Amino acid sequence: MSKKNLKRLDLIFKNEYDGEHILMKTMEKPNQEIVNELIISGLKGRGGAGYPTGLKWKLASEAAGDIKYVICNADEGEPGTFKDREILTQVPHKVLIGMAVCAKVIGAHEGFIYLRGEYKFLMDSLLEVIDDFHVLMNKVGLDFRVKIFKGSGAYICGEESALFESMEGHRGEPRNKPPYPTQAGYRNMPTVINNVETLAHTYSIFKYGSEKFRDLGVQDSRGSKVFSVSGDTPIPGIYELEFGMSLQKFVEDFGDGDSKAVQVGGASGFCVPRKRFDKTMIGYQGKLTGVSLPTGGSMMIFNSSRSMYNVLHNYLEFFVEESCGQCTPCRVGTQQLLLGIEAVKKGQRPSDYLDKLLSLAENMRVTSKCGLGQSVANSFSSIVENFKEEMIY
Amino acid sequence: MTQITNLVKSLADRHGRYNESLLPILQGVVDENKFLSEEAMVEIARELDISAARVYGTASFYSFLNTEPMGKHVIRVCKTITCMMHGKNHIIQEIEKTLKIKLGETTHDGKFTLVETNCLGQCHKGPAMLINDTPYTNLTPEKTREILQSFIENEALSSTTNLN
Repeated sequence: MSKKNLKRLDLIFKNEYDGEHILMKTMEKPNQEIVNELIISGLKGRGGAGYPTGLKWKLASEAAGDIKYVICNADEGEPGTFKDREILTQVPHKVLIGMAVCAKVIGAHEGFIYLRGEYKFLMDSLLEVIDDFHVLMNKVGLDFRVKIFKGSGAYICGEESALFESMEGHRGEPRNKPPYPTQAGYRNMPTVINNVETLAHTYSIFKYGSEKFRDLGVQDSRGSKVFSVSGDTPIPGIYELEFGMSLQKFVEDFGDGDSKAVQVGGASGFCVPRKRFDKTMIGYQGKLTGVSLPTGGSMMIFNSSRSMYNVLHNYLEFFVEESCGQCTPCRVGTQQLLLGIEAVKKGQRPSDYLDKLLSLAENMRVTSKCGLGQSVANSFSSIVENFKEEMIY
Repeated sequence: MTQITNLVKSLADRHGRYNESLLPILQGVVDENKFLSEEAMVEIARELDISAARVYGTASFYSFLNTEPMGKHVIRVCKTITCMMHGKNHIIQEIEKTLKIKLGETTHDGKFTLVETNCLGQCHKGPAMLINDTPYTNLTPEKTREILQSFIENEALSSTTNLN
């Protein structure tokens, strides 16, 4: 039966709203002070990549240019992730306050929410909240307007530079980096692009102070994190937990008692087998934390009735379809990995062919242009290495 | 002017004639016509003063921007991992049986198209599907049949009203 090891928190979804007060306060503060608050809080990007949010705002505020943008990345497409949808349903006004403070800091007058096409049903309620928000903007005297830009069903557009391409009317193909968005983002202007949850956390930080946020979590992984829990669990759903927990405790709380593996971070994340639960922490890699796995919040639990071959096969089909096709390692690599595991399973290839596939995946990690191709190896290698017999027999 | 010329023009009036307008215009045509015909894409290219190849290149990248005809109601069943684990195949079979079409097909009357799609972000409530823009979750074959029946009845109702 599920235990309760982990501290459940209620910062993000707490039913309180103090937007006007927070904005009035921040309007009086020097930008440097706001940025420092964020840096001290230790907040890192909640989309999964973990870039320090304060630093991102600082770089954009220092970037040259009169026209700058704030973009809220709501293209939540990672399999097993659904927290941003819930945040946008329950507390969208907090996200908008985060955007407004960012706009004030970097000097932006225009902001966008890039909403994935699958979440189009949220449009009407969001537009209402944005209308109220614009009234508030007039009241506090901040020249900042937010629009919604709808996606049309492409996972890769969650990658920030692909998202800009998409907004500019192109195929969602990632750009070369550098330059980074804080230098040249949307329309090549300095842009802060933050995940929905990250912006909601900035609200909490401005409301309760950076110390309160910093006191939660562990070194390198501060604050709370919203987790999307799915798969073989009696209690699937969205949970806000203290960051930097052990996977063992997580499984004791959320597993069905028969958990064989947990996929941390979605299809592009890592698969952890039962024997490593107690040695694995959830959070950003740091000197003190040992083996830590980052996640945008996706936690998928598999019990012993599941075939890990089927799991990997499903992930690879996903990547084959969602690879933008721009760079060869990812376009061809994803297809060859899929064909490869099928051939081994059918006995058309010897089992040591898996070693070749593993080296192909590692090759993709080094040579792919963006995070999609680079991270296919995460799930591929961790599943193949830990569940080799399931791949063969 | 044809219907499509009018539609594209009104969308361009609303969204502007910039690079940034392309996706909203494409989405607007799909909302109205369910797909982007060659004629529509050529018309958009003319209206925005860009090449038709560029319009097609962008359109064909996105899975929700169909370049083939689709039914009035597009059913998208999530096929990603947790929905698969929780029985999306049974849901697809149920839809196939009820509508008498196979995956990827459109009913003869042009009312329904059945396709699979990648993660809908409803993983804790799988299996899930979208019908047009509305998500339906925690599906069972029975529940799916009931949802489809209500669509079918509404369609029958609106066609009798039209006859009157």
